[in-house]
Amino acid sequence: MAHSPIDQFKVKPIAEFQLAGIDVSFTNSSLWMVIVLGLVSVFLIGGMRRSSVVPGRWQSMVELAYEFVAGMVRDNVGKEGKSYFPFIFTLFMFVLGSNLAGMIPGSFTVTSHIAVNFAMALFVFLAVTVIGFVKNGAGYLRLFVPSGVPGWLLPLIVLIEIISYCTRPISLAVRLFANMLAGHIMMKVFAGFIISLSALGAFGVLGAVAPFAVTVLLTGLEILVACLQAFVFTILTCIYLNDAMHPGH
Amino acid sequence: MELEAAKMIGAGIATLALAGIGIGLGNIFGSYLSGALRNPSAAPKQFTNLLIAFALTEATGLFALVIAFLILFT
Repeated sequence: MAHSPIDQFKVKPIAEFQLAGIDVSFTNSSLWMVIVLGLVSVFLIGGMRRSSVVPGRWQSMVELAYEFVAGMVRDNVGKEGKSYFPFIFTLFMFVLGSNLAGMIPGSFTVTSHIAVNFAMALFVFLAVTVIGFVKNGAGYLRLFVPSGVPGWLLPLIVLIEIISYCTRPISLAVRLFANMLAGHIMMKVFAGFIISLSALGAFGVLGAVAPFAVTVLLTGLEILVACLQAFVFTILTCIYLNDAMHPGH
Repeated sequence: MELEAAKMIGAGIATLALAGIGIGLGNIFGSYLSGALRNPSAAPKQFTNLLIAFALTEATGLFALVIAFLILFT
């Protein structure tokens, strides 16, 4: 095969820069991040440019996105979460935008790289930890001590809770990364079947209808997964934030 | 045994985690459906939890996939 299914994830420098011996080239990953940022900004600002009481089609889409995230923050964090809404909304729109932009054929999926996801997840983790300690002081440590656990079991439970707290950024990042990676590889593998089958002649072309149908269906599934994973990333951020606001329950 | 063959077998074994994911996902959706059929009015409120549980379970399976890729391509 000419193209391996993991070729699409290769980061290629477009303009090379060196800064104190560190490679800071402008890559296709950076290019797509800028494109996603532009698309999201155009979508949000353009929709609200001529805002009216009775929204038009574009404005309702923007309001739908806003309401969706606002409801998520309200349900999971409560009223105190309002001040963190801009960050969570930005996170949601960026992840959703890059997941969906990755579905354009020939594009680059920013979120299919663990470096990008881990940076976001680590920031969420550090921010939540700092917020938890600032809001509750040492009382934040109650998060690691669930109520109603018999005393002899407590040391073990606390250890498990601490480990599970510390693996949060890893699982948050790897979940998004693995979903994007697996979906895109699966689509490329089935698309590869079409090419190798149709190279066999007339019967092969007839047979290639099956993998083509699967690819079409997979594209639909991948768009669902793209939205779902953006939602999951955001709602887990909300849940972690809720832990920081109201620990010990 | 050659290293290449051992890698292939190892990656194949790593996909065995799919068995657990199948059980888990079936459990989640099955429980949701049986709960929703008993009390349909409470079902929409639990849809968010269903999606979270789905994503958390699915991610566990994808960790196995990542391991398989690490074995194959490194």
